[in-house]
Amino acid sequence: MRDEQLLETIERYLAGSMNADERRAFEQLRMENAELDQRVIEHQQFVGILKHYGERVELESRLNAIHSEIDVHTLVEEATERPAWIVQLWRNHHSKISVAASIAIFAILGTLFVTGSLSTKSGYEEMVREVGKLRSDLTKGKYAKVTTPVRTPVTSDRYRGTGFAITSGGLIATNYHVIYRADSVYVQNYAGRAFKAKVVFTDANSDVAILKITDTAFRELGAIPYTFKKSESDLAENVFTYGYPQDSPVYGDGRITSQNGFDNDSVDYQISVPLNPGNSGGPLLDSKGNIVGIVKAKQAQMEGAHFASKSSYLLAALDSLAADSNLRKPVLNSKNSLAGLSRPLQIKKLQNYVFLVKVYAKN
Amino acid sequence: MNKQIKTSAPTDSEIVFGILNNSESAIKRLYVAYFPMVLQLIVNNNGTADDAKDIYQEAIIVLYNKIKKGDFELNSKLKTFLYSVCRRLWLKRLSQMSRYGGDLKDFQEFVPVEEEVEDQHERNLQFGKMQSALGLLGEPCKTIIEDFYINNKSMQDICERFGYTNTDNAKTQKYKCLQRLKKLFFQQK
Repeated sequence: MRDEQLLETIERYLAGSMNADERRAFEQLRMENAELDQRVIEHQQFVGILKHYGERVELESRLNAIHSEIDVHTLVEEATERPAWIVQLWRNHHSKISVAASIAIFAILGTLFVTGSLSTKSGYEEMVREVGKLRSDLTKGKYAKVTTPVRTPVTSDRYRGTGFAITSGGLIATNYHVIYRADSVYVQNYAGRAFKAKVVFTDANSDVAILKITDTAFRELGAIPYTFKKSESDLAENVFTYGYPQDSPVYGDGRITSQNGFDNDSVDYQISVPLNPGNSGGPLLDSKGNIVGIVKAKQAQMEGAHFASKSSYLLAALDSLAADSNLRKPVLNSKNSLAGLSRPLQIKKLQNYVFLVKVYAKN
Repeated sequence: MNKQIKTSAPTDSEIVFGILNNSESAIKRLYVAYFPMVLQLIVNNNGTADDAKDIYQEAIIVLYNKIKKGDFELNSKLKTFLYSVCRRLWLKRLSQMSRYGGDLKDFQEFVPVEEEVEDQHERNLQFGKMQSALGLLGEPCKTIIEDFYINNKSMQDICERFGYTNTDNAKTQKYKCLQRLKKLFFQQK
């Protein structure tokens, strides 16, 4: 019974329904008696939990009441993230779409097949064939090698080209295609004197041929005025040539328009120098008087597209000449006496070293 | 894709003072204003509308207790606070159900609320224990306890309601009930 009364006292104390004296006495007692103090705190806490429980039950019922008024279904509809319509479309109909796409592909392929669009007559193929035609034209000779067949009936030489001196001792460079049908070869200088020469080296691939003047009447030339360029020349570099498309020499100049030649052939430059039959084998020089190539051909169908073998192939030919024959490796001129001169003076110096190549053949 | 659901929300101070003054409408306005936001969070993260309701109500209770405790500081907007608590609670729920894929799709900014959620966890445990203890207590003890301690009825009222001949009898009964309740409550783990 004492415990029950104690509880009532504690509850009255906590509820604040004690009068001032009673309260003071109880607090005094509480301070002195640790056990009582503990009881008060424990009870206070427990009642707190109880009250809290009650509050929460009440709050939850209120919240439930509020919740029941909300149209949750509509909100869920709104809140759910909808994937983009295209994704939805795909998810709902992907099998149908796949079938439709397959049919469409078959239909298109079928139509193309029936109308012949898939056959090899397409525009692209035609272009390829045209290039192929050019190539066959080239082999048939339509791609004009710039040699002149029988220029005058009176003379007995059949082909003419141009050549230029590599050494003062009488080595002449020209094109392979100038001399390949030759029974005998003569070179004629600016003064009109002809010397007999023999072919000492040919390379059909780079279209380079080396002649040696064997005529006893030949006297050594003076020092070669030009040098040979080992490296590749730049695009758009100013170049010129000098040769014998006719009995008198002809000058022509232009620029290197491509570092690759016909059909992308890296042996050649493409140049904008005007060429005529007979120019073949002539020197191509840059403005400083370096030999940069041997002019060789023009393409029949393309206006202004002319070609010249690069000088590096001439140099390579000279290297193999020494290896393949009993001739000593020619000592090339390394002193350029053309650089810095005006073009007419350059030509004047050049003319003694450029020859008209006459080729005699049976037919 | 983070579309924000727009609602005409009451101001934060309206809500705080409303709750402090036990205003019915304040809670209702709060509830209605931010439920869609939480619903959006839950249903787009593997939850149902019922999950959203549970989580949201728990968050409201957290907020309610925090305000009622009197030391509520408005460190963030109520909206952000509610969202953060719901987010935290839902993460916890997801990991309990092992449905958490490690990637929660968020729709709002949020603040750290670990402390609040932990406190709430404690309270939930106590609440559960009290609920089952009261359930085990049986009548008339349960009603006597609830009437006296929760509904603040006087012993006189209780006496009349249960037909006790005098208040002392009722007090004795209440005392016995409370002792049993305490026993039931503390027996639980």
